[in-house]
Amino acid sequence: MGCQNSHPSAIPELEEIMQETGFSQASVVRLYDRFQALDKQQKGYLSKYDLQGIGELAVNPLGDRIINAFFKEGEELTDFRSFIRVLAHFRPVEEEKSKETGRPEPMNSRLRKLQFAFQLYDQDSDGKISRDEMLQVLRLMVGIQVTEEQLACIAERTIQEADQDGDGAISFEEFATSVEKLNIEQRMSLRLLK
Amino acid sequence: TPVPSWPVRTWPWGSWGLGPRSDALFPVCPAVFQLSRKVTSVVPESCLLILLGLGLGGIVLAIAKRAEYQLEPSMFFLFLLPPIVLDSGYFMPSRLFFDNLGAILTYAVIGTLWNSFATGAALWGVKQAGLMDAGVDAGLMDFLLFGSLISAVDPVAVLAVFEEVHINETLFIIVFGESLLNDAVTVVLYKVFNSFVEMGPAHVQATDYLKGVASFFVVSLGGAAVGLLFAFLLALITRFTKRVRIIEPLFVFLLAYMAYLAAEMVSLSSILAVTFCGICCKKYVEANISRKSRTTVKYTMKTLASSSETVIFMFLGISAVDTSKWAWDTALVLGTLLFILLFRAVGVILQTWVLNRFRLTPLDRIDQVVMSYGGLRGAVAFALVILLDGDKVRAKDYFVATTIVVVFFTVLVQGLTIKPLVKWLKVKRSDHHKPTLNEELHEHAFDHILAAVEDVVGHHGYRYWRDRWEQFDKRYLSQLLMRKSAYRLKDEIWDVYCKLNIRDAISFVDQGGHVLSASRLTLPSMPSRTSMSESSVTNLLRESGSGACLDLQVIDTVRSRRDKEDAVMHHVLCGSLYKPRRRYKASYSRHFISPSTQERQDKEIFQQNMKRRLETFKSTKHNVCSAKSKARLKKDGRKKVRCVGALTCTHRASPSFLPAAAVLVAVDSDDEESDSSETEKEEDEGIVFIARATDAILQGKKASGSLDVCPSPRIIPPSPTSAERELPWKGDRGDLAVYISSETTKIVPVDMQAAWKQSISSLESVASPPGAEPGPHAKTVAGPAPEERQMMPEPRTCFQFPNPLLRSSRSQSAGSPERTEQPELQPLMAPDEHGRMSTSAGPSNSRWLIQFNRPARFSDG
Repeated sequence: MGCQNSHPSAIPELEEIMQETGFSQASVVRLYDRFQALDKQQKGYLSKYDLQGIGELAVNPLGDRIINAFFKEGEELTDFRSFIRVLAHFRPVEEEKSKETGRPEPMNSRLRKLQFAFQLYDQDSDGKISRDEMLQVLRLMVGIQVTEEQLACIAERTIQEADQDGDGAISFEEFATSVEKLNIEQRMSLRLLK
Repeated sequence: TPVPSWPVRTWPWGSWGLGPRSDALFPVCPAVFQLSRKVTSVVPESCLLILLGLGLGGIVLAIAKRAEYQLEPSMFFLFLLPPIVLDSGYFMPSRLFFDNLGAILTYAVIGTLWNSFATGAALWGVKQAGLMDAGVDAGLMDFLLFGSLISAVDPVAVLAVFEEVHINETLFIIVFGESLLNDAVTVVLYKVFNSFVEMGPAHVQATDYLKGVASFFVVSLGGAAVGLLFAFLLALITRFTKRVRIIEPLFVFLLAYMAYLAAEMVSLSSILAVTFCGICCKKYVEANISRKSRTTVKYTMKTLASSSETVIFMFLGISAVDTSKWAWDTALVLGTLLFILLFRAVGVILQTWVLNRFRLTPLDRIDQVVMSYGGLRGAVAFALVILLDGDKVRAKDYFVATTIVVVFFTVLVQGLTIKPLVKWLKVKRSDHHKPTLNEELHEHAFDHILAAVEDVVGHHGYRYWRDRWEQFDKRYLSQLLMRKSAYRLKDEIWDVYCKLNIRDAISFVDQGGHVLSASRLTLPSMPSRTSMSESSVTNLLRESGSGACLDLQVIDTVRSRRDKEDAVMHHVLCGSLYKPRRRYKASYSRHFISPSTQERQDKEIFQQNMKRRLETFKSTKHNVCSAKSKARLKKDGRKKVRCVGALTCTHRASPSFLPAAAVLVAVDSDDEESDSSETEKEEDEGIVFIARATDAILQGKKASGSLDVCPSPRIIPPSPTSAERELPWKGDRGDLAVYISSETTKIVPVDMQAAWKQSISSLESVASPPGAEPGPHAKTVAGPAPEERQMMPEPRTCFQFPNPLLRSSRSQSAGSPERTEQPELQPLMAPDEHGRMSTSAGPSNSRWLIQFNRPARFSDG
């Protein structure tokens, strides 16, 4: 944990970050502290290795994928700006602000949250969750007690259930429809990141 | 009225508290009310029951001239309350409960404390101001006592009203959880104040107040601990009830009730004990007990709870008529009503304001209004006030009257108006829908994502601890408390999947369970697909003649000796009759269907779906045995599995023969039988038509890992079945071109090996397949690769019989060590060799299409 308590002025591009992500200054400062705590060699960047060092992530079935989500395609490092941009997906939705028009869609909108989740499934980023991708996720998430064959059944069934156009894969629209009834705004928000 | 005749009739009522006749009548009431939907849609049942009770009490009073029966506190606490609390605890959505535990505890503990103290003090203030009748002889302590009992939000009343309103989950769990837990708080407070009053306020010393506070924590935490202890015991006991399924429900009720009594005995909070027992044991108990027991528990619990609820409300009505216990004081009644409403609202608003600073989704104003308004008082308050000692609490009669009025007011007025209020305020209602697989899966994913993000952010919040708990549970608790078989298959996603499957399967059977038609394509649990042109699928199924056969009777047949002979015949016919038709269809369908890949895919998916569904339907039924045999399969069958997978891949490589299929139907009846002893007998009969070989296919598919290695051909038990359906021996589809699957060797139990080998040698002399070892359960049938059939029908029919002889002699000479190896190779080799040999097409051993008939029956009988 960040115990050094950075001064707001120490953070590069503070204003832009607040503007872009909607975080309060206090949150940005706290996240910056955390960022620096993770960045053990003080190099100003985080590598995958840094994130993998977080012990609890190792037991998280989706840990690796989430770590990867912090890094852009092909890049091995992430700076604070992109780091906080990813976390901005998990900022709770305020009802008052969402009604403002004319602004670009905030990072924490339902759509963005869903996109983030979708991209964790869609590993080859072709815009579709294929049967294989589904199977991989299931393999990660479902306990070892379930056999491969049963996993395949589940994957099959899951795809069928959501697959509306019958192409054997789940597109983003289909994904969004399948979780229509869930309270994504609530489910994919961290109070901490207000 | 002739006086002497009355005692005879009234005797059982008076001495038993409640007469058997009237008791039997109570549960009927809700049923009657349920019938009149119109009435209950406006008036909550609890209101109707109270009114009915009033009417009944009036009649009794008019006839007997005095109130004949009363709600006895001991009866209420010992018999009527436990079922209700157990029911609500057991069926409490535990995830929601623990997610909102903070809010619930705040409202339950702090809210109740605030309510009772504020109400008591305010009433005392009214009394001091001289507004109350001089007859109300009560000091501060008496008013505090009264305040504590009147502030109990009653779970019965709340549940009765809120369940009908269908309020959204979060709000419901908060109000309901609060009412459940604050009962405990109330009872503790009540006992503390009661002892103070009985001691006399003058004798109460400062240390007694401290003791009161301490006892509050001891009693509530102790009660919860007792509940946990019994939950543990209960889960542990149900783990070992495999042989005595019939008493499983009994254990559930007995242990829960024992928790109640045990807590009551050591004067801990019995309500908390039962609540926690119910909440905590559910997961393990449900996993351990059989499905029938689960149903029994569910319905018995619901029945008991609603019966007691009915009885309580009726008694409330009846007791209210008894004016002898009343002492009316307008100021007290009005003051109490005003204060409980006011303080509840104030308390809710203040607490929500604090809570919202810590909550992800704040409770908005509408929620707060509903929460304040939903503070219904009920039977608990009434029972507590009856329980007061009239000698010590001199204003008891006034309190009783006030409590009755308060209960009536809250249940009748608030209960009646809360529904319109909820509608008017447009409170978010809950939408009841069955969980879909996607939702379940994605919810889990969201949980993991959030937990991971919390880790990245470096915050150990609620989710962190929940994850920790789940891991602990998985590693230790579940293993200790769950049956091994249940533990192995314990996964929520899988559970949902099984439930959906069972539902679908049941609906299939309900629909007749025959060949699917278009109308049955839409499964109840599947969202309808608009894009899927149903007519074309039906046509496709009809034309290709490979409709998925779901006729259970066809599949689940009794095999006899005659069947074997039939099968020989059938196979000959099958070989010659079947193929031309098949080929025609293949080309036909290719011609018409392949242009539209869409349709083909649809069909593929559909067929796959059917197969899988049926398969898992079975495997959920037989999860024990399937898991076992799978384990075995894994152990010694890795290679073979891959072989079969490879085989099917090769089949797949010729997509033009899509509808014509390699038949891989393995009916592993013996395996099933041997294992069935482990599952419950009652669930065992039924469908045994699952291809063990297909397990292997799926794994093979997985190994190859590509999307299109799950083709339709091998999924349907295709044309042979349909051909068989046209033949008199239609049930006998285990005997088609028998391709002794590699599977057969794997499934033979070790202890049967010797006998088995004997039977093999005898078998081989009769009609054994080349080199393959027919297990007792070797009804495994693997169809020839479609291309083989089509390309060389003649060799096949010609050399069928020579082949086995050739092979059998060879395999006998091969000796036993190689025996196990051979089957592995065969499926793989068959297509390959065929490819090589097809030109020569001699009477070689290249094709193992054998008429192998029921080795099991040969060996068995």
